[in-house]
Amino acid sequence: MSRVAVLSGDRVYRVHWRLGTDRLVGVCHCGAEHEAEDPVELWEWLLAHPEGHHATAPAPARDLAGTR
Amino acid sequence: MISSFVRDQWYVAAYADEIGTDLFARTVCGEPLVFFRAEDGTAVALADRCVHRRFPLSQSRRDGDTIVCGYHGFTYDTSGSCVFVPGQKRIPRTARVASYPLVEQDSFVWVWIGSRDLADPDLIPRAPWLADPAYTTVRGMEPLAARYGLLVDNLLDLSHETYLHGGYIGTPEVAETPITTEVDDEKGVIYVSRRMADAACPPFYAESTGIKGRITRWQDIEYRPPCLYLLHSRIAPAGVLPNDDGTDPDAFHVEVVYAITPETEHSTHDFWAVARDFALEDAKVSGFLHDSNRAVVLQDVAALNILEKVIAAEADGYQELSINIDTGGLAARRILARMAASPVKEPA
Repeated sequence: MSRVAVLSGDRVYRVHWRLGTDRLVGVCHCGAEHEAEDPVELWEWLLAHPEGHHATAPAPARDLAGTR
Repeated sequence: MISSFVRDQWYVAAYADEIGTDLFARTVCGEPLVFFRAEDGTAVALADRCVHRRFPLSQSRRDGDTIVCGYHGFTYDTSGSCVFVPGQKRIPRTARVASYPLVEQDSFVWVWIGSRDLADPDLIPRAPWLADPAYTTVRGMEPLAARYGLLVDNLLDLSHETYLHGGYIGTPEVAETPITTEVDDEKGVIYVSRRMADAACPPFYAESTGIKGRITRWQDIEYRPPCLYLLHSRIAPAGVLPNDDGTDPDAFHVEVVYAITPETEHSTHDFWAVARDFALEDAKVSGFLHDSNRAVVLQDVAALNILEKVIAAEADGYQELSINIDTGGLAARRILARMAASPVKEPA
């Protein structure tokens, strides 16, 4: 199932609950992701941006001719 | 004790129709206020204490657009200026009571307790359904003998409904629904989405909307700290989604609105309203939504009143355990703490 994203600002942090588990996935506005069980730990990680957020470059487009 | 109030923000003080020609008292963020509607219909908010000997102006009387203090007769106009002092001609320069910026919007009376020059009406968050003829609204206000932060915690986590409100709004799918919490750090908005793609239709909705079979059910929380909490509830036949342009003609919407207004450090005005865009004229539907929502609010009030007593008796820094259902509540606490520490920016 695709991830819900309702807010559209430039500085939106998101936390998704991984269904069927006790895990939370934090997604920073820079694109970095981190998984944790403890929401306190996860917020600390998110709000520490950019520390520890190895912002990844946008994933290369995969729908180039011949790749699908 | 350092105040935990976020003063430089708009708060709902009343429903607009609570304010009339009679003097009306309500305390917001520890400030006793007196409200009335001037003869031209404009609502006015003044400090509810005579500058002379602190007698409550709300216990006094009106004379046209002035309030005459019920103790010695100090008389104030709608701006809070004293226009008559008994027994002397000179009116002391300091003889005035504070007046507070006030805006009527979406059936609410909003007031600003903090610095007047920061009171920008454009900062007031909206709840347009409450004054929209396309919706029917039921509503109320319950006094809560607990600090407002406890109500924020409560409303940001809907999973408690299974336990505290099992007979009213909890359904089995709720516990098995993915939850996404979003925080817009710049705008100060918290959004918690619970979207059930394929759920049983509770009998109330089947009856009032005519939907047969399974439903797509969304329950999205939008919290605009500190005062306004919205629960956008959307019900549609399974698989029916809003159009790309945002219109949503095949779904039914219930907008649950709470205004969370601190009264004192340990008490809160718990305004609640439920607006719907179906069965508009159906008194039975209105009665059900009113009674069930009020029952839920009263269950929360009873639980939080107990919790306030426990917390008030404990030393600061008590230990809590947070789990994944607390993700939104933790975000709300952080934004509230930041608001309390730093007032809004000066207007440009």
